[in-house]
Amino acid sequence: MRYLPKSDSERRAMLDVIGVESVEDLFAHLPEAVRLKRPLDLPEGISEYEIVEYFRARAAENANGYAYFLGAGSYFHFRPVLVDTVVSRGEFLTSYTPYQAEISQGTLTTIFEFQTMICQLTGMDVANASMYDGSTAMAEAAMMAVRATGRGRVLAARSVHPEYRAVLKTYSESQGMPVEEFGYVPEAGTIDLEDLDRKIDDLTAAVIVQSPNFFGIVDQVRQAAEIAHRRGALLIVVFSEAVSLGLLAPPAEADIVAGELQSFAIAPSYGGPYAGVIATREKFVRQLPGRLVGQTVDTRGNRAFCLTLATREQHIRREKATSNICTNQALLALMASVFMTVYGKKGLRELAEQNLAKAHYLAGLFRPRFCGKFFNEFVVKAEGKKPDDINKALLKKKIVGGLPLGRFYPELADSMLLCATEVSHRADMDAVAEAFQ
Amino acid sequence: MTPRVQPHISLNEPLLFERSSPGKVAYQLPELDVPSVDANEALGAENVRAAIEGFPEVSEVEAIRHYTRLSTWNYGIEYGMYPLGSCTMKYNPRVNEVVARLDGLAWAHPYQPEALAQGAMEIMARLEAALAEITGMDAVTLQPAAGAQGELTAILMMRALLTKRGNPRKKILIPDSAHGTNPASAAIAGYAVENIKSSETGVLDVEALERIVNEDVAALMVTNPNTLGIFEENILRAADILHAKGALLYMDGANMNALMGIARPGDFGVDALHLNLHKTFSTPHGGGGPGAGPVAVKKELEPFLPVPRLKRSGKRWAFDYKRRYSVGRVRAYYGNFGVLVRALAYILANGGPGLRKVTLDAVLNANYLRKRIEGSYDLPYSSPSMHEVVFSDERQAKQGVHTAEIGKRLIDYGFHPYTVSFPLIVHGAMMIEPTETETKHELDRFSDAMISIAKEVETDPQMVKNAPYGTRTSRVDEVTAARKPVLRWRPA
Amino acid sequence: MYPQNFRYTKEHEWVRVDGDIGTIGITDHAQQELGDIVYVDLPKVGTKVTQGATAGSVESVKAVSDIYAPVSGDVTEINSTLADAPEKLNSDPHGDAWLIKIKLSAPAEMAKLLSADEYQKYIEAEK
Repeated sequence: MRYLPKSDSERRAMLDVIGVESVEDLFAHLPEAVRLKRPLDLPEGISEYEIVEYFRARAAENANGYAYFLGAGSYFHFRPVLVDTVVSRGEFLTSYTPYQAEISQGTLTTIFEFQTMICQLTGMDVANASMYDGSTAMAEAAMMAVRATGRGRVLAARSVHPEYRAVLKTYSESQGMPVEEFGYVPEAGTIDLEDLDRKIDDLTAAVIVQSPNFFGIVDQVRQAAEIAHRRGALLIVVFSEAVSLGLLAPPAEADIVAGELQSFAIAPSYGGPYAGVIATREKFVRQLPGRLVGQTVDTRGNRAFCLTLATREQHIRREKATSNICTNQALLALMASVFMTVYGKKGLRELAEQNLAKAHYLAGLFRPRFCGKFFNEFVVKAEGKKPDDINKALLKKKIVGGLPLGRFYPELADSMLLCATEVSHRADMDAVAEAFQ
Repeated sequence: MTPRVQPHISLNEPLLFERSSPGKVAYQLPELDVPSVDANEALGAENVRAAIEGFPEVSEVEAIRHYTRLSTWNYGIEYGMYPLGSCTMKYNPRVNEVVARLDGLAWAHPYQPEALAQGAMEIMARLEAALAEITGMDAVTLQPAAGAQGELTAILMMRALLTKRGNPRKKILIPDSAHGTNPASAAIAGYAVENIKSSETGVLDVEALERIVNEDVAALMVTNPNTLGIFEENILRAADILHAKGALLYMDGANMNALMGIARPGDFGVDALHLNLHKTFSTPHGGGGPGAGPVAVKKELEPFLPVPRLKRSGKRWAFDYKRRYSVGRVRAYYGNFGVLVRALAYILANGGPGLRKVTLDAVLNANYLRKRIEGSYDLPYSSPSMHEVVFSDERQAKQGVHTAEIGKRLIDYGFHPYTVSFPLIVHGAMMIEPTETETKHELDRFSDAMISIAKEVETDPQMVKNAPYGTRTSRVDEVTAARKPVLRWRPA
Repeated sequence: MYPQNFRYTKEHEWVRVDGDIGTIGITDHAQQELGDIVYVDLPKVGTKVTQGATAGSVESVKAVSDIYAPVSGDVTEINSTLADAPEKLNSDPHGDAWLIKIKLSAPAEMAKLLSADEYQKYIEAEK
């Protein structure tokens, strides 16, 4: 078999050195009662050609050649060619976690650059080397706030991604960290500050808002910060569309930023793997979960990088652990780094401006349901038709329409969330608008 | 022929920010086919950012050179062996990279209509079935993003089951040889942790287990083979002891590479386990991730699996969200799909008989190394090794040389070090796992290196202590990095 | 080497009492075992500590070690110089690198601690 690089004669020679007759002898000590007495019920191994054919057939059963107007936490952006060129190098693709600094300076340097770029984008002092995804980054940020403040309650806006909130709920139950939600204003689609003010108290560790929020709307981060800070709570700002950071003011009032970097050259890939990140102020650095790369020197005085502040990590803290991450998303963080490098200072802004232009053209063909300012996503109410029926009609034109919101927001069951990015075509956008008539 | 020579290209390379120059670009966007929009008007001037201070400004040529030069400072499986115990650093088949990038899979949106996602769902269903068969369990969730998250998911499920039975219980028992994520996950899930000592042959002390299992114990978390590479011969008895008191048996499946086609956790009393697809199932480590940590359970735990579940609806797949007893979601969407594709490709390539051969070769390789190296290093446990073996630095410590330093010296021989100082129950541990994808030549090269280093420790211990010598950087100052952390670049 | 006027615990803390104030630190043996110390986490002034319960922690690059209070009382002062110079714990664990001062709530607890000679014997036996 092509992945088992030994010939039978080599195996024989090795068995002779070990001093056993056959390889089965090496398992002889296993109790009879645990031994599997039949072959695994799986077909024989297949050739490389057949593997490719199998997956091609599965790929053909998915959508192919459709225009998409779906966002909702996973976005279609062009992936610069250089991204795969870089991550396909075996030194990046197959390498292990950079615990041995002397032979991992490649990985460590790219992570240090990644941490820097995230700080530059978010306006925070320090960023970690990635979390599993935006949803778990948000949950871990909440746990961070609880540790940092010594308080137990968390308040999350309903305009935060519903699946992120579901994940927060799962983590909060085992942490004894009650989570309550506060609403959004029906006309603007932004957070209901009065509701927040009513619900916050001196036991609140953190207030969580997303901006742009799940409805695509630039939310009232500054005002939320005022309310939170007045009560001694921390403000956590979440983002799921990283391209927005190319144009939107970073959340300067946030204590912790938790976000999703899928937009930065990580293919949508049916929901994963993605890469989350947490960035925060200097004073919270020891509460930050996940790996961190720091700058140092070697014995000759040359600049070098290494994993640092390792005592925060769970495999060292063991039962005193405060976070639940070991493996991070290093290769995906590298994809994001290459993306940020290729677009750069000028390009990320221009990319964001194009997203703004496309989405605003599309929105101009309707009247968005919310009057709040939006980036590349917005909500539209379907008049006289059901969102599902509109989408069925669009599928016939090879267009995947927006996300009908009824599954997450019963009060918005007549509406859908539409997203347009730099890869959306005008003709398709016109077709979407037509389907609503 | 000398096995290792100096690389002819390993250039210095500054950070991106130090290379940047205003106005340089590596991109071009197409012309807009819609009118451009004034950002201040559309977003409100107070919401528009200033330019991203310090962000890279390089050309495409500099970008590719930057990352390529940096890559030459790394090691990789395609260079040589990573003998890292507990990591199963096997070859990452390149065909897996190709299939994961097929448009219909890579560009699938998690919310696209189920009718247009049948291919993705079929892949997930097929992988669930294969993993269930390999582990001898009844149901599998592919949602957890990594092993630690799989552990947490499983513990939440076990607590939900025990709660439904009337008592969630208070503590989880964990062997002192366990990987740190085990007690960490238990603690994050809200359980107290009680350590249980290993016996002097390195396995679980079932007498001790019998004494401490009571109605306060929710579960025992065991790794099998354990982190010494030794099969837990009393696992059936342990399972009986636990089940008799209404407690559960959890298995950390990190060492599954030693069991495929030979023994199945479901057959030796395990109620729940997680797998590491980036270990046993060949998905690439990528410098630290992504991975995936599917959880396989017996049917009593099936109702508690994370939501949604895949279910058959006529001739098609559908997602079932109506799962009353589910522990909820542990992450957005369905799982690390791209990683799942690679794992399935690996399983298809090997097939049932092939996976068994993987295990046979993995155990053969580890035992070969044990035999070749045991004359030079102390072997704390003489029990039979499976896919990994743990030595200690006891002999070398007499010359003042320790496991970490021996590991560093291995780098000069062209290897990545083995796992240093783990498991904690062995003082000065040297944990070695070659995996099945190593050639005899590579195993001999490694053994020769280890033997040579042992000799060097006798004749010139100081030289070994100051290794490595042939790397881009010499030994790195981790102490200053921790005392005075500098975690980002800043302009001078 | 171990000051006679200190008392010691088996977890390698020392305490020196002046009137009703106890100054607490970790022993030279402890700092040797830990290696280069990179960070110290101390309880806040005003915290109540209990004999034998954790009162902060000391970190090296790869390990965290809890500090166990040798005696009970209220924390009156903490050594803030350790924030910028944790390495003092390696160079002067019995002097400049004291950790916290507490007002003893139960001076009788001192009887349970080891003398310098007893501690010296204890660490020799541990080897």
